[in-house]
Amino acid sequence: MEDIKKAEYLAYKKTEVLTDKVLHYCPGCGHGTIHRLVAEVIEELDLQHKTIGIAPVGCSVLAYEYFNVDFQEAAHGRAPALATAISRLYPDHAVFTYQGDGDLAAIGTAETIHACNRGENIVIVFVNNGIYGMTGGQMAPTTLENMKSSTSPYGRDVKMMGSPMKMSELVANLPGTHYVTRQAVHKPGHVRKTKRALKKAFQYQQEKKGTQLVEIVSNCNSGWKMTPNKSNQWMEENMFPFFPLGDIKTPDDK
Amino acid sequence: MKKELRLMKGNEAVGEAAIRVGADGYFGYPITTQSEVLEYLMSEKPHERTGMVVLQAESEVAAINMVYGAAGAGKMAITSSSSPGISLKQEGISYMAGAELPCVILNVVRGGPGLGTIQPGQADYFQAVKGGGHGDYKLITLAPSSVQEMYDFTILGFELAFKYRNPVMLLSDGAIGQMMEKVELTEQKERRTTEEIVKQCPWATTGKPKSRDHNIITSLELQSDKQEELNHKLQRKYKQVEEDEVRYETIQCEDAEYLIIAFGTSARIAQKAVKEAREQGIKMGLLRPITLFPFPKKKIMEMTQQVKGMLSVEMNAGQMVEDIRLAVNGKVPVEHFGRLGGNMPSSEEIIEQVRKHF
Repeated sequence: MEDIKKAEYLAYKKTEVLTDKVLHYCPGCGHGTIHRLVAEVIEELDLQHKTIGIAPVGCSVLAYEYFNVDFQEAAHGRAPALATAISRLYPDHAVFTYQGDGDLAAIGTAETIHACNRGENIVIVFVNNGIYGMTGGQMAPTTLENMKSSTSPYGRDVKMMGSPMKMSELVANLPGTHYVTRQAVHKPGHVRKTKRALKKAFQYQQEKKGTQLVEIVSNCNSGWKMTPNKSNQWMEENMFPFFPLGDIKTPDDK
Repeated sequence: MKKELRLMKGNEAVGEAAIRVGADGYFGYPITTQSEVLEYLMSEKPHERTGMVVLQAESEVAAINMVYGAAGAGKMAITSSSSPGISLKQEGISYMAGAELPCVILNVVRGGPGLGTIQPGQADYFQAVKGGGHGDYKLITLAPSSVQEMYDFTILGFELAFKYRNPVMLLSDGAIGQMMEKVELTEQKERRTTEEIVKQCPWATTGKPKSRDHNIITSLELQSDKQEELNHKLQRKYKQVEEDEVRYETIQCEDAEYLIIAFGTSARIAQKAVKEAREQGIKMGLLRPITLFPFPKKKIMEMTQQVKGMLSVEMNAGQMVEDIRLAVNGKVPVEHFGRLGGNMPSSEEIIEQVRKHF
């Protein structure tokens, strides 16, 4: 057994930017992978000592338990306001928020849009699974038309409930955003692409280029009431057509 | 050394004090009775004077959460607003109290409820001293009654906020915020270096070196027993504040038979009433609480030995009077006189009330 632990056989090593705490996320959820990618990027860019993260309210409310960097827990939707002050007061630090769709696109819309509009030098990691996971599967601003949730039990009726919001496209229109991209983490190829996107975002942040937003369209097998595999398939068939993957704004567009 | 004196508005004095005490950030949103704080700071270019960050936020909600972020990183941050805006800030204030974060919040109170009026008021007393937002918490509440005290209490506020890791509220009002008086300024203090912040605030999120565990700023604790212990810890802190930080001023109380209790603008008017009453042969005294929390309960209790009655003069429908009655516990009659809607009491009215009640 000890032989296997030799360095030359090492195929994967958990980054030290993650703690050893056991994740509370549901099996099949994308948060664990996204946490790992963010942490690996922080390690690879040697930013652990100067990273300050902001956790949201939602499924990832306890993100600060898992990231081995200094972290603040914000009130629901307010993470970009905290990040604004922190990045202005510690201009060389790597400041990022980690937010879900309810947090970023509903209760925190004002904070999100204005932080992006001011071009605050921060990374926003936006995990969009079209539902409020933690509170038990209620309709989110990104819930698709006709999609069922506990507060749209017969499907989202856009006449009554409004249409799903494309936040990334919305903030990409603001001059303060520098890099806006939409990715996924349900397949290895997408995981690699997302990591590259996150790395770019943190690099641009360190170059003080303004607001970097990485949206990750993810699943919520518990909230969607599907098996993990089925939820990933459903995501490809339903979420991706409305939330197409790829770069929405890159520095070259400017 | 020659004194540095300047004629300033109360709101401007807060801005200047923030710069001179070495504050790191001001985050605010315009609302009448206090917009001069932000205007003054913007015109003073504190980013050039000391490196202080001044930012006009998109809302009072965002402003207080910027203060949260700054304070969580060990920085000295201040925000200001007037009553409706302070209501919006309550979410952030509760989170800051829960996460034990230091900051100074100025409320230049106007008459309410709702949009109310832009004239001065004191109807936010309960909101300031009883917590204001959700949960069991207290703000250290200072009540300036002059432009000089607006300046001094901004500095004192930061001192208390960091001493106790607790938000401090300056409960002012539209009159004190807007009026101009002579202010004696203090010397410019250097803003703390990151090394000094790390030393003063080892709990702050300043970036994790290898030598320590990661710092977390949060008000969340899902386990009931742990959350209860956190609450007990807060309560012990408030108890300590009540032991050590009571501040008040007494004016002609030595031989007083009738005691006026008033703070802020009301106290200024009451002081005039004391003088006029004595000219009429009424032995009146004034007790002016400087800290509204902690409330000068012991001093008020002590005064029951001596006076025939107490009159609480407030620009509200009767708020501080409840705390006076709790302190007095029925030993002497306690009455309230208040003007509402942005009106201020007159010294004649105060004397008339004392004559009527006692």
